[in-house]
Amino acid sequence: MRIVVCVKAVPKPEEVGMNPETRTLDRSKARSEINPPDMHALEMAFALRDRVGGTVTLLSMGPPMFVPYLRLGLAMGADDAYLLSDRAFGAADTLATSYTLAKGLERIAATAGPWDVVLCGEESSDGATAQVPPGIAEWLDIPQATYVSEIAPGDGQTAPAIEVRREIKGGEERLRVPLPAVLSVAAGANVPRFFDPDRRAIAESAEVVVWDAAAVAADPALIGAAGSATTVAAVESAGRVERRHEMLSGPPEETARTLAGVIRAALSA
Amino acid sequence: MTSATPPTVVVRGPAYPPHEAAGIWVWVEQHDGVVEDVSRELLGKGRDLASRLAQPLVAVVLGAPQHAGVGAADAAALGADEVLVVGHAALAHYATDPYTDALDQLVRRRKPAILLLGATPDGRDLAGRLAVRLYTGLTADCTDLTIGPSGLLESHVVGFGGGIAAIITCQRHAPQMATVRPGVFPQPAATVRSNASERIRPASVDLDSAAERVRVLERQVHAEAGLTRAPVVVIGGAGTRGDFHLLEALAETLDGEVGATRVAVDQGWIGRDRQIGQTGVVVRPKVAIACGVSGASQLTVGISGADTVIAINSDAGAPLFDAADYGVVGDLFRVLPPLLAELRTDQPKAVTAERRPA
Repeated sequence: MRIVVCVKAVPKPEEVGMNPETRTLDRSKARSEINPPDMHALEMAFALRDRVGGTVTLLSMGPPMFVPYLRLGLAMGADDAYLLSDRAFGAADTLATSYTLAKGLERIAATAGPWDVVLCGEESSDGATAQVPPGIAEWLDIPQATYVSEIAPGDGQTAPAIEVRREIKGGEERLRVPLPAVLSVAAGANVPRFFDPDRRAIAESAEVVVWDAAAVAADPALIGAAGSATTVAAVESAGRVERRHEMLSGPPEETARTLAGVIRAALSA
Repeated sequence: MTSATPPTVVVRGPAYPPHEAAGIWVWVEQHDGVVEDVSRELLGKGRDLASRLAQPLVAVVLGAPQHAGVGAADAAALGADEVLVVGHAALAHYATDPYTDALDQLVRRRKPAILLLGATPDGRDLAGRLAVRLYTGLTADCTDLTIGPSGLLESHVVGFGGGIAAIITCQRHAPQMATVRPGVFPQPAATVRSNASERIRPASVDLDSAAERVRVLERQVHAEAGLTRAPVVVIGGAGTRGDFHLLEALAETLDGEVGATRVAVDQGWIGRDRQIGQTGVVVRPKVAIACGVSGASQLTVGISGADTVIAINSDAGAPLFDAADYGVVGDLFRVLPPLLAELRTDQPKAVTAERRPA
């Protein structure tokens, strides 16, 4: 099984501030991490490879500062890594991003051979749209399954396929998904592994293949800001709800009586 | 196992130009004839937008022939000017391909200006795929929808930590698509309309020529959490360390529901259907009681509509105290037992009687 995992680096949300004068996001002080939901996609990929054999390839789109995060993925056990990096990719919404990643997947198949399945985290912790995995599947005109919690090797009766469990509202379903396909992996589906210390040193100097827009034959009209259908028309600081900020202290029983009174008053209001 | 011919990128181009577009569409999500609350909420908001634009509000119901009609009657009662109904065996349960194909065909035929979908797992699965099929813009998890001076849809979203709000527009593409989380908008009241049935129009789509891709082998739905309608929501975070039994007891005593932070859900301590916040459910209870919740903005967005917020956390520096009406610095395992005892011993009957869900 040849598996590709789409990953990205995101700023740690608790470290992103706001510039009070320009009222824009200040990410300068924020450290980055691999998008936490992507860690579950990585784990699912490694576990699948452990079971059925094959390779795990990493694919990302972003600035050169993403390279160390791809190396972290290599240290966790990935076989190779590709970064789509070009100033022209910048300011992309999910329409342009999913197109660009689909072009990268096309190029990986052309240079390294066809892949069977693409795994993504269910969403990014910064954008949180969950739109990129279905978008990639549509650009490539292949099947998708989102919020996959478990993957089983397919029975291979007719066409190559895998069976997956998918989380739905208030339950789950089992799907048979023909390959190749794009899956988004439900957050919490597994416990991501730590990087392998033995691989860490090797990964430090491992090659990350960097491709620009021309390398993946991306249409300039479909990438970056030009290829985006949505625009940010305005950014403002959100009005916060006014709260009382009343701190209760004292013996637990006294606090309990006060809280019970507060709850009863609120319920009968 | 590797396929012979690797897939290549298919560029379809725009469906139709924005100046030809008219009408506000709501995809009415129904399962076995039961319409999702979020779809009702969207019909209410869609009515506002339709009035502002002086354009019709159109509900689209897809499903098995025997189920789609039930959803259609609901949608007509909730104020849709027109209800497009597609009853087809291939639409009996949600599946990406037939649902995308059906909506794509209807949208290209009728050219709506705006298309709204609920941000449920199925709604997000569908919206993400359909937006690329139609080559248009999609904004996720809007906290408000307004109409701008030039008639454009303004999709309001909240960014990092809830402190930043952005307005997203889609000017050059149609339809303008947006998803909205359950609970963000209030439900409209159903009204008896004399000509409701005349507004329901069967529509046909071609689903026979498409190859079957993903096959649903089994579908299991458990009892759903009634979070959006609960008067009390007790929310557990990392501080519970996975032990929700006191929270469940508190919720039961108050006829409320248990919710959880993303961290708790990601740890597998509780089901995803109980996740509160920007990427979960937005709740507007009379009382929200957050236990061991640090208060990432992602979470506070989900309880900003609560009348009263109580925070219990052993960390005096937890950001949630800034978003709470009442705060208790202490271990939830020490704070909750006497509170439970207090509520159980002297509980005014009126409270339980009034608040028990119908």
